Amino acid sequence: MHFADGEVPADYLRYVRNKVIWILGGIVLLSLLFVYSISVGAVAIPLSEVMQTLLGQNVSTKWDAIIWNIRLPQALAAIAAGAGLAVAGVAMQSILRNPLGSPFTLGISNAGAFGAAVSIIALGTGTMQSRTADAVIINNPYLTTVMAFIFCLLATAVILLISRIKGASPEVMVLAGVALSSLFTAGTMFLQYFSNDAQLAAVVFWTFGDVGRINWPELTLMAVIVAGATLFFIANRWNYNAIDAGDEAAKGLGVNVEWVRMAGMVVAALVSAVIVAFLGVIGFVGLVCPHMVRRIIGDDQRYLIPGSCVMGGILLLASDTVARLILAPYVLPVAVLTAFLGAPIFLCLLLKGYRR
Amino acid sequence: MILSVDELRFFYRNREVLNEIAFSIDAGEIVAILGPNGVGKTTLLKCLNRILTPRAGLVSLDGEDLYGLDMMEIARRVGYVPQRVETGRLTAFDAVLLGRRPHIGWDVTEKDLKIVDAIFRRLSMEHLRLAYIDQMSGGELQKVAIARSLVQEPKILLLDEPTSNLDLKNQVSILSTITHIVREHHIAAIMTMHDLNQALRFADRFIFLKGGRVHVHGGHDVVTPGVIEDVYGLPVIIGELGGVRCVVPSEPASEALKD
Repeated sequence: MHFADGEVPADYLRYVRNKVIWILGGIVLLSLLFVYSISVGAVAIPLSEVMQTLLGQNVSTKWDAIIWNIRLPQALAAIAAGAGLAVAGVAMQSILRNPLGSPFTLGISNAGAFGAAVSIIALGTGTMQSRTADAVIINNPYLTTVMAFIFCLLATAVILLISRIKGASPEVMVLAGVALSSLFTAGTMFLQYFSNDAQLAAVVFWTFGDVGRINWPELTLMAVIVAGATLFFIANRWNYNAIDAGDEAAKGLGVNVEWVRMAGMVVAALVSAVIVAFLGVIGFVGLVCPHMVRRIIGDDQRYLIPGSCVMGGILLLASDTVARLILAPYVLPVAVLTAFLGAPIFLCLLLKGYRR
Repeated sequence: MILSVDELRFFYRNREVLNEIAFSIDAGEIVAILGPNGVGKTTLLKCLNRILTPRAGLVSLDGEDLYGLDMMEIARRVGYVPQRVETGRLTAFDAVLLGRRPHIGWDVTEKDLKIVDAIFRRLSMEHLRLAYIDQMSGGELQKVAIARSLVQEPKILLLDEPTSNLDLKNQVSILSTITHIVREHHIAAIMTMHDLNQALRFADRFIFLKGGRVHVHGGHDVVTPGVIEDVYGLPVIIGELGGVRCVVPSEPASEALKD
């Protein structure tokens, strides 16, 4: 069959252009926030000098040291982690056909925390020291990170295995994730019960997600994985749109639903595992950023995926900036702030409903 | 002959659902698959675009072996309207554009947008282009689902109970639209149905399923009170009303309840 008498409708093009403008606006906001975030802190650096330093001019060695060693990696880590968590959240919500889907639905955060607890308590990689800035020192951060990562992947592997046996149904995945979360939480509690004060503090400290922990090599690895995953999800945007229309509709459109579901889950789990292992648990961003974007530009994955990336970057960078300022000179871990900042905004959006 | 099905068998785990299904369809025809709940009507439909893969059988579509094609190739030839349409915060235009999925490379082209626009005109739903599908009525939503299957540019349209949740006017409107499209573009439509009267009004051929097999298959002449009683286990009368054949249960309502 063939239809030849159509035109490209102007009102539709306008409607689509609006969404693109929202996303571009988000990118502008993120850029401004980025420069601002670098300029503020224990020492205030003028915005113009931040720009000059970022562009490679040597304004002062002190600024160079602060910006390149501390604030820039921290700000970039916030953007990369926020984008990664949000994009993994969008994908999980679509794959699991569940609005409560998030990067942590499959128990990844609890598995990571358990891995860190094993490392700190059983393998003795953490202890406590009395220093004002940073009371808890993880003696061997690499082993802790590696253990957290391994347990994240282990949780994913178990869910994959169950899904392979029972068919990749969203219900099975969600319920298996809930069960694993509880299992790893119980495991962590068990270890904590037999730990000493210093170890206990180190474990608790580790679970507070903090973007200030990262160094350049870790940041590079995380950024590459987040970028790769985002590209993967964008390439699958039509498949997720099709799955949103129902599994059967998607199959009728030629989408291999089981494969898309499995592959998406693996990629989302990998991104979350890397972020959790390097930064600790940062909740809320992955669950709520996609919903914020849905309220603004709708459920079309073509715009929802990039939009969520930008929104995730904004929310986490804003939270981190506030976390560094609110109780200065004390610096709060960002995980404490994401929900404080995000929940009221999200509740407002919920009450307001969809933008027309 | 646009579609022929031969020796089709489908098992759900080890339970036989369909056995020795065979029929063929010509272009321009509308076929109703009829039979009681659970007899395998939807299963049969899903075997025709490989949402389900039968254990054995040959389905040939316009001379090609259907099971030799991959899912995407099938989706370019067979349009599918599922029983349930999921909604979301999506415009009708985007929801229909999704039907171009099997033809889309990296992104939609102008051609895709033009085809979608043409369908909206053809189905007289231009006013719904930018309406959100989560605010639509059942009838509008069903039209969107049908439009989506049409932009797949199919040779065959599969519809799973296309009128089950619609009021009388929308039932007639949807089925007439399908009839016009099928005749105009010389494609074929196969639909599962419960409403025998709508089937008699719109379908050209009828496939009655009973116990997982084709009980009878043919044109209007095969729809007799005997066949319907065999298949549904309920005695009926077929009469003519306003030039259209109608089926009504022959026992009074109070009697029929006694079973």
